[in-house]
Amino acid sequence: MRRSCDFPDQDGVKLDADGIKKASRRGTTSGMRGLWMALCLVAACQKPAKTQEITVFAASSLRESFAAIGKAYETAHPGTKVVLQLAGSQELRTQLEHGARADVFASADQKHMAALEAAELVGPSRLFARNELVVVVRRGSAVGSFAELPDAGKIVLGAAEVPVGRYADQVLAKAGTDFRDRVVAHVVSREPNVRQVLAKVTLGEADAAIVYRTDARVAGLDAIEIPPETNVIAEYPIATTGAAGQAFVELVTSPEGQRILAAHGFVPVPSASR
Amino acid sequence: VRPRGLWPIAATLLGGTLLLFLFLPLLGLALSTGWRDFLLGLDHPLVWPALRLSLFTTTISLAIVLAFGTPLAWILSRSRGRIVRAMETLVQLPVVIPPAVAGVAMLLAFGRQSTLARWFFPEGFAFSFTTVAVIMAEVFVSAPFYVQAAGSAFRRVDENLLLVARTLGAGPFRVFARVALPLAAPGLVAGAAMSWARSLGEFGATLMFAGNLSGRTQTLPLAIYSALEADLRAAQALALLLVGVAFALLLVVRAGARGASDPTGAS
Repeated sequence: MRRSCDFPDQDGVKLDADGIKKASRRGTTSGMRGLWMALCLVAACQKPAKTQEITVFAASSLRESFAAIGKAYETAHPGTKVVLQLAGSQELRTQLEHGARADVFASADQKHMAALEAAELVGPSRLFARNELVVVVRRGSAVGSFAELPDAGKIVLGAAEVPVGRYADQVLAKAGTDFRDRVVAHVVSREPNVRQVLAKVTLGEADAAIVYRTDARVAGLDAIEIPPETNVIAEYPIATTGAAGQAFVELVTSPEGQRILAAHGFVPVPSASR
Repeated sequence: VRPRGLWPIAATLLGGTLLLFLFLPLLGLALSTGWRDFLLGLDHPLVWPALRLSLFTTTISLAIVLAFGTPLAWILSRSRGRIVRAMETLVQLPVVIPPAVAGVAMLLAFGRQSTLARWFFPEGFAFSFTTVAVIMAEVFVSAPFYVQAAGSAFRRVDENLLLVARTLGAGPFRVFARVALPLAAPGLVAGAAMSWARSLGEFGATLMFAGNLSGRTQTLPLAIYSALEADLRAAQALALLLVGVAFALLLVVRAGARGASDPTGAS
């Protein structure tokens, strides 16, 4: 694990905010180290905000639902501001691994959460929502069913590391090698998050894409069902990265949070509220 | 002694700090990537298709930039009109436009939904998400660097030499090809190298306009972006590879610049 203020050589001197003193006691006075410390000081000297802030790293597909939950949180905790950082789960994970500060991490798959749990960068995670994969097509496209997907001229998927891309790969693997190969032959891009995938279809640049049901809904596109025996269910785990995030996780897993998620098209997880 | 001594020290400190800041990330990259990591990273399946694609597309985009940019630079450097001045500014616009803006603009101009595409390709064909789109993005961002450098190289060519050549009976093309071109050559080479470096590093416009598909539109910078989220070692190896290429290019540029300022090459 490497935090933002680690010196880039591997001698193990950690210079995070409270480690600066330790390092200077050791008498490391080289110019480069001094510069490094100066940079760390600048980074650490951000003005304390008047209102309290909690930073939530959330998968792209959670944009609208987490904005609503964030509002509910701000109402319940006056003087607190929820800052949402939305990106592909793999990107958020990489950021956390490289020292990004957050209070909560919500992933669109278990893989990236498990990696952060193993590295002890987040606390124990809880499943809080499920989502289904669907096919969306550009307006006016002739594709009307999953079986017709290979007929789409240009198909866009998430990259293999992006949850929606990995799920799409799993769907295609279940659909059989012949079907998969015919689809892959039409894939023109593998995007860094689900909303970029969606944008290519709403812009009309791509004919079809595999996204979450909730995304189709946000874009106002008709969702073409993937047969249940071929489909996979996306699982969304959430975890805190510090004590400040606990109350937000509680809200997400509470009946109220679950109701908001359901209203945005997610499949709630009844056991989440416990 | 004191009034003289303060400024040099301050200048050295300030300048040295910036120099250190510029050099540290590269040093960090080199130090944190061992030879073994480098070789293992190069073995990543994303690496070779990206390298091949980058070399292929940047070679073609450089050829396009040279073929179309040289005449443009020649015209711009030989004329003095107000329209020409305005054109010069226009050519420089892609330099100051953020790559993300270039990506959106190209998508809207050449994408499937654009008027242009509907006009030329009513069947729905579009350049977006093809290797051609990669080359288009590279030409868009890199051509201004070459046109700028070539323009100033042509402007440095002594007007009298061109006049003498004309009076000796050479036609306009002969004057351009046999007199101006050889005299401006070092500057042109430096400009071409800068332009090539820029297209090799092109990221934002490519990601938006050409997409990200290994072997077809995933160039080296896009592969680094993708690899960072999958295999850090591959990202490091690719990054080092690009630094190496960039450094080699810089040496070419420096050599070209030295040649351009060398008066013996011009007489």
